[in-house]
Amino acid sequence: MDIPLIEIRNLTARYGDETILDNISVDIMPNRITVILGASGCGKTTLIKNIFRLYQPSSGSVKIFGREVTDMDELEYEEILKRIGMLFQNGALINSLNIFDNIAIPLEQHTRLPLEIRDRIIRVKLKQVNLAHTELLTPAELSGGMKKRAALARALVLDPEILVCDEPSAGLDPLTSASLDNLILNLKELLNMTIIIVTHELASIHRIADHLIFLDQGRVIFTGTLAEAKKSTLPAVESFFQVGTF
Amino acid sequence: MKYQNNILYLSGNLLKGSIPGLLKQVSHFTLRDLHTIDLQDVADIDSAGVAFLDEIIARTGREQVQIINKSPQVAQSIETFSSLGLKKPAVPARQSFFYQAGQFLYDWWDSLVWGTYLTADILYWSVVCLFRRKGLRKGAVINQGILIGVDALGIISLLSLILGLILALQSAAQLRQFGANIFIADLIAISMVREMGPMMTAIIVAGRSGSAIASEIATMKVTEEIDALRMMALDPVRYVIVPKFHAITICMPLLVTMSTLIGIFGGLIIAVTYLDLTPIAYLNQALNILTLKDVLVGLLKSLFFAWVIVIISSYYGLRVKGGAEGVGKVTTLSVVASIFWVIVLDAINSLIFYF
Ligand SMILES: Nc1ncnc2c1ncn2[C@@H]1O[C@H](COP(=O)(O)OP(=O)(O)OP(=O)(O)O)[C@@H](O)[C@H]1O
Ligand SMILES: [Mg+2]
Repeated sequence: MDIPLIEIRNLTARYGDETILDNISVDIMPNRITVILGASGCGKTTLIKNIFRLYQPSSGSVKIFGREVTDMDELEYEEILKRIGMLFQNGALINSLNIFDNIAIPLEQHTRLPLEIRDRIIRVKLKQVNLAHTELLTPAELSGGMKKRAALARALVLDPEILVCDEPSAGLDPLTSASLDNLILNLKELLNMTIIIVTHELASIHRIADHLIFLDQGRVIFTGTLAEAKKSTLPAVESFFQVGTF
Repeated sequence: MKYQNNILYLSGNLLKGSIPGLLKQVSHFTLRDLHTIDLQDVADIDSAGVAFLDEIIARTGREQVQIINKSPQVAQSIETFSSLGLKKPAVPARQSFFYQAGQFLYDWWDSLVWGTYLTADILYWSVVCLFRRKGLRKGAVINQGILIGVDALGIISLLSLILGLILALQSAAQLRQFGANIFIADLIAISMVREMGPMMTAIIVAGRSGSAIASEIATMKVTEEIDALRMMALDPVRYVIVPKFHAITICMPLLVTMSTLIGIFGGLIIAVTYLDLTPIAYLNQALNILTLKDVLVGLLKSLFFAWVIVIISSYYGLRVKGGAEGVGKVTTLSVVASIFWVIVLDAINSLIFYF
């Protein structure tokens, strides 16, 4: 519990001349659900992409599983990526493949499981996100929320140790959203998953958050538990819990 | 792992890495009468492990197989990841030959009707918008003119020069044998003005701008931009397609003229260096042989090519299906169709004017 699973040190990210993230240092603890909060456009997606090397940070370092990844060799880094599942803000399903094949990609590429086992795993994951019977549809034939859930199934298919979700519940009805929250809680217990979630939904935060990270104007202004956050006197944090959403 | 008295005893961890091997071992047993799986020695299980258990149970053909001696953790995993009772989706049956043939004909007819409507729409608004600027984006025609015309100048000039050089060089040897050197000017002038200039420009424009138009419109369609325009009370045909239509109408004849001139210049280089003609003699001969009809027909034809390219590219762009990958497909289709119809039109044109 004491050693952070992801350590971010002095991370700075820019687009051109504009500094989006300014010298950020935070730890993500194992087996916890960490929620990243902040106004729309404040750089949450950018933070996630910089942590996992999708963008090259301007400066700073990131350790995942206790290992420095900032300039790790590509093949070595792939081994780390296999232990991480990511749900992108807009799903990012491969358009030319149907849902089944989309979810099958990690299983096909990174395991030697026989076909019948893969088949079962995929169907279970789809059922878990309430998408049974959509296997043969293409992403273009799904609604926005359905795409997101299919993408979550893909992120979960290898039972990752770290799950990263960029706004999993945006565009979902409260019931589906609650059932996804339950799934996430359940998986955290069963697989000792560490989960990072970007969300604005107060209801969802109440259900799942162990730990909160508030971003504002490129800096981390608050980290702590939900109870601590509610007592915080920082204006940005206070107003969040008053208004309920940004 | 062992199998005794119809009980399967599993041990170790049932995780992704070990499942392929375990599944092989299991297939050595006849599991028809299996009624119990003992997980006494199983400590850890993931979704692949549960799928493995389900697969074993499914192979017995019965669903009443007990799983005993599981730890609470394992039990919960089994509950969460169980795939028993989840059915494979039904793959739609293949339709009969007649159904497919009918469907094909219907689709064909549907595209024809739809394409005709679109063509009429584009032509109508292109004329109307000349007089009424409402619903057009300011500066769009100039913008498109730069993309379609100005940016293509370099590649068209270069290729026309090369084409002129090749044509002249290939025929120079023959002409020389007969002392018919001066006729190189006739050959180059007529072939460039009547055929090569318009045709080659059209093919390059189809490849460059036709594909750009098709992919732009298809992307707009896929990302709901076309719908967004509609809801802002803008007509996508007027707002997106008409400016391209106007721009290509202006640019195409200019590009063709330039291509023709440069092609003739290419011929001149060979005539002077290889056939010992003077530039004046070459140009005089070329001007003498060309008729006004040749020039006008060449330019008129290039206009038709231009319109065909815009209409076909818009047609395919708007007919995109699916997501991002559909965009690639219709772009390819639009370029192929544009070039095909340019050549067919050219053939029709030759029949009308020169048969
Ligand atoms: N590719 C890019 N090029 C330039 N600027 C960008 C790019 N992507 C994002 N930005 C800028 O970076 C800032 C942060 O964007 P980011 O997508 O990280 O926001 P976010 O916190 O995830 O917002 P949201 O909650 O709306 O998803 C924004 O101001 C945006 O304008
Ligand atoms: Mg974002």
